[in-house]
Amino acid sequence: MLVNILSFLTFLDSQSIVSLGWGDMLIIVLYFLLVLGIGYYLKNFTKTGEGFFLAGRNMTAWIAGLAFISANLGSLELMGWAASAYQYGILATHWYWIGAIPAMLFLGIIMMPFYYISKTHSVPGYLKLRFGEGSRMLAAISFALMTVLMSGVNMFAMALVMKVVVGWNLNFSIWVSSLTVMVYVGLGGLLSAIFNEVLQFMLIWLGSLLVPILGLIEVGSWSGLVAKIHHNVSGNYLHLWSSLGHYTNNPMGINWIGIIFGLGFVISFGYWTTDFLVVQRLLSAKDLRSAKMAPIIGSAFKMMLPFIVILPGLIGLAVMPGLVGQNQAIASGAQSYNEILPLMMARYLGPGLLGLGITALIAGFMSGMAGNVSAFATVWTYDIYRPIQKALSPKEYSDKHYVKIGRWSTFVGVIISIGTAYLVEQSASIMDYVQALFSFFIAPLFGTIILGMLWKRTTSQGGFWGLLVGMASSIGMWIWVRLDPAALSIIAGSADAKAMAEDMYRALWSWLICVAVTVVVSYMTTPKPEAELTGLVRGCTELPSEGHLRLTQRPIFWAGIVSVVFVILQIIFW
Amino acid sequence: MGEDARISIWFFIGSLLTLYGIIIFVVSLPPIFLSAPEPNVVLARLHAGFWWGILLFGLGVMYVYLFWPSKTEGEEPEEQKELSDPED
Repeated sequence: MLVNILSFLTFLDSQSIVSLGWGDMLIIVLYFLLVLGIGYYLKNFTKTGEGFFLAGRNMTAWIAGLAFISANLGSLELMGWAASAYQYGILATHWYWIGAIPAMLFLGIIMMPFYYISKTHSVPGYLKLRFGEGSRMLAAISFALMTVLMSGVNMFAMALVMKVVVGWNLNFSIWVSSLTVMVYVGLGGLLSAIFNEVLQFMLIWLGSLLVPILGLIEVGSWSGLVAKIHHNVSGNYLHLWSSLGHYTNNPMGINWIGIIFGLGFVISFGYWTTDFLVVQRLLSAKDLRSAKMAPIIGSAFKMMLPFIVILPGLIGLAVMPGLVGQNQAIASGAQSYNEILPLMMARYLGPGLLGLGITALIAGFMSGMAGNVSAFATVWTYDIYRPIQKALSPKEYSDKHYVKIGRWSTFVGVIISIGTAYLVEQSASIMDYVQALFSFFIAPLFGTIILGMLWKRTTSQGGFWGLLVGMASSIGMWIWVRLDPAALSIIAGSADAKAMAEDMYRALWSWLICVAVTVVVSYMTTPKPEAELTGLVRGCTELPSEGHLRLTQRPIFWAGIVSVVFVILQIIFW
Repeated sequence: MGEDARISIWFFIGSLLTLYGIIIFVVSLPPIFLSAPEPNVVLARLHAGFWWGILLFGLGVMYVYLFWPSKTEGEEPEEQKELSDPED
């Protein structure tokens, strides 16, 4: 989730990796026609606020769950983590397993009831209900800014990848993809975005699955893969946990504390439980049980993703040794491991199949953009525009007015994204800042929301100041390390820590600071009466009983199954 | 899915997979039946496109059949509500 986009994309000067035939092009064109057709068709179903911003709140658990997982399944993720698997080995799997599964299950079982019962339309909306307007505005403005900038970065990244992989012109990719997203999200809102996310999920699996299958046939199954990797590289590339005793024992330069508490707890819980981009998909569920089941279904699929993401990277290490990092690739003209996923596609996928693989990448990029834009439209309309408009004028506007604003903000969001994409083209370091912006926000927000949901003593002032100071401390630590690189050893606790460890520990510290400030300020201020916390806080809310449901209908049962499989996988790849 | 939408997302997906299956199947035929050169990929002798095309076509037809629009034609779209606004 937090791949360093800048370093990942510095293979700009390479020539196109594949060439497409008529069958491949036809597959890509059909995809574009279908998504535009879906947007046009769904226009009739998104005429009200609930229809446009929350997809009518009638999605099944499967659809909401697949959309939830797909909103995070961008192509940059796929390519970035396949490259990380080549560089770091199986350690990259942590971002799919401990960096996602526990948080998703926690969201489904513990947090979802409060998001859903409160009937909020967004995460900032929940903050308004729990802590008041100040916290909502802080979260909404940060989120809107971050989301629209991320969308621009993704747009530029897509154009760049298409240039490198198939040789397409940068402007062509940016304008075709953004206008397509603008049309189908503008017409169909969240419903359209969700339809396309489910479509993208299928395409990514069907377009990528042949790579690990054919790869395993080539290397001679898992045992052949292990033997070839041991032959090609020295070091610990095939163990998840046994090399995490110290920073120097593994190529990532991280230890188990950073992975468990930084990634597995703060970053993962922060992203999966409070990022509105993913939570919005769950709010579209048709009932509470579906909303609880959706992230559990998503977690099961997330657990399988290393098969099409990490395994191709490992197979690449076995069959294409000697790929180098981006700086070395630029200096020597050699190929970079950042290109490993398209390289593996080019290695195994013939005519037609290659078109499907490239379509899967395009679909991943476009649905990522659509997810950002639809979440931006909701937060802008309901959490920024509406409170300001109500504060300035007593006039009541109709639901239709807000749908109109939502469609316009989709348009504006895409235009800002296009502007960001061209800014990134001028100065690549902007991507670094946008990613940093993302990391400043999620860890403290998780601290604020989790205390607000689980501790009724948390006050409005505590929530606001905890969030503000947590974000400020994260920004402060980031600037400190940029000004004095030696500060990394203080933040991460060792001079051997690498950049990856910085993200983990900065998140952990900012979360701890947020929680500490929230607790101290809450004890100094007066809490809300319990009656005002109904539907928002554990202990003040009567949750619907699931006692009448069969065991296999209960979310907790499936969360237990996923947990057991998760533990077994950790042991197998220990 | 989207119970108020007449056509299911799975129908759209099924239609696309059916077309993709046909295209991939057709472009993989020349090396098998017309002695055209094999594509320049590893394990070309397995003719992965031929089999994957059949798989996609089968999967697509199954989805199209199961989620054919006429099966839900009688269902009128639910009246959509305005967005409830508990924050007010």
